[in-house]
Amino acid sequence: MGATVTTNTVGKTWDGANEPLGASYGKLMMWFFIVSDALTFSGFLAAYGFSRFKFIETWPLADEVFTHFPFAHGQNAPMYYVALMTFILIFSSVTMVLAVDAGHNMNKGKVAFYMFLTIIGGLIFVGSQAWEWKNFIKGEYGAIETKGGSILQFVNAKGERVKLEEFAATLQEDRVQRTRGNALWFGSEPALPTYSVAEVQAGFKSNPDLLIRTEVIFDKETAKTAVGAHPTLNDREFHTKHKTILTRAESEKMLANAVLVVEGANLERNEYGSKLFADFFFFITGFHGFHVFSGVIINIIIFLNVLLGTYEKRRSYEMVEKVGLYWHFVDLVWVFVFTFFYLV
Amino acid sequence: MSHEHVSNTKRIWNVFFLLSAVTIVEVILGIIKPEALHMTNFLGMNLLNWIFILLTLYKAYYIVWAFMHMEGETTALRRSVVWTVIFLVIYLVFILLVEGNYIYGVFKNSTIKWNF
Repeated sequence: MGATVTTNTVGKTWDGANEPLGASYGKLMMWFFIVSDALTFSGFLAAYGFSRFKFIETWPLADEVFTHFPFAHGQNAPMYYVALMTFILIFSSVTMVLAVDAGHNMNKGKVAFYMFLTIIGGLIFVGSQAWEWKNFIKGEYGAIETKGGSILQFVNAKGERVKLEEFAATLQEDRVQRTRGNALWFGSEPALPTYSVAEVQAGFKSNPDLLIRTEVIFDKETAKTAVGAHPTLNDREFHTKHKTILTRAESEKMLANAVLVVEGANLERNEYGSKLFADFFFFITGFHGFHVFSGVIINIIIFLNVLLGTYEKRRSYEMVEKVGLYWHFVDLVWVFVFTFFYLV
Repeated sequence: MSHEHVSNTKRIWNVFFLLSAVTIVEVILGIIKPEALHMTNFLGMNLLNWIFILLTLYKAYYIVWAFMHMEGETTALRRSVVWTVIFLVIYLVFILLVEGNYIYGVFKNSTIKWNF
């Protein structure tokens, strides 16, 4: 039978050119791929949930981490940016489905136009994600890591976050980043943080207003066992969720255990809290971003084919439908990533 | 496969407005975090999170049914895809979350605070 497309094969199950489940080979294979990819993403998100449940009392609060919005420097804008990204992706899904719809009506011009919009939407989304990553990696406030591996952040007397640069002292230290060019031919080290532990400790000492905020979320459960929690700055009525702020005496005790200054995030440690948080963030949003990127590439190929009239000759725009399936799937995954990283 | 070739642009836009509305509701809830929902627990999670998850599933339904055109596929294809994924995901999530919660208890009540 070759590659001929027959239409009426009902009752001729074993004669070939048959479409099981009423879907063409290509579409069925796309569904196979989508199911397996959906399970891959579910695995990642479930692993994220696993780690989060494991460290349920200390997991970072999303709206304290993702607070940036373009051209709104220093303003606290949780969620608006991801919400915008979500809209862009949903909208590009809409243009994709409109392209498929135009394909059903064999309207080449409309298919090309909507495919073009879809590609633009995808590119804006990937760009937004890059910007989000940049902010996440750069960090904003900086923190201290203790001997035990937990993260300490700094707040003022009102409980507002304070950046390291606002109080760290400048000490005469001659610690230089080790590179292959100075002293050691066989090794180098990552860039040193802007301030040393001693500088942060000295700055803390000379600013009696400063307090330390631990990773522990202050709720009914943790409040019972909290040692040295600040008497007024913590929400003792439990109206909101926030991280525990320590008294000055307890803060000094904690800061004596400091071993590292942490600025921003990488795969080993981050200033937001649990080490796994940044790992999952990079891995899951990165894997999703990679899907969007591949989707854009595939869309561009199909877009060019539409322009060349390939599907016009074929008298079928089913190819657009298949990439459409993939593109909607990417949108679908984002809906879940959005919920589990930014909302829940 | 229903190839009736009618343009259903109207439905596409309706679904878009629906998804947008749901997202806006999610964002508003996420920003104001109503205390009654956020601080009330139900089955180990606060009500606000339950609402977020339900709204997400609602959105997912519309994306798969309307955009991926699942509503037009045969029943057998629909079930092979949807039931398989839902069953495996529920299974996986159940196992991992219960295990995660168990390890939380182990860390809380022993001298080891974290090792992986």
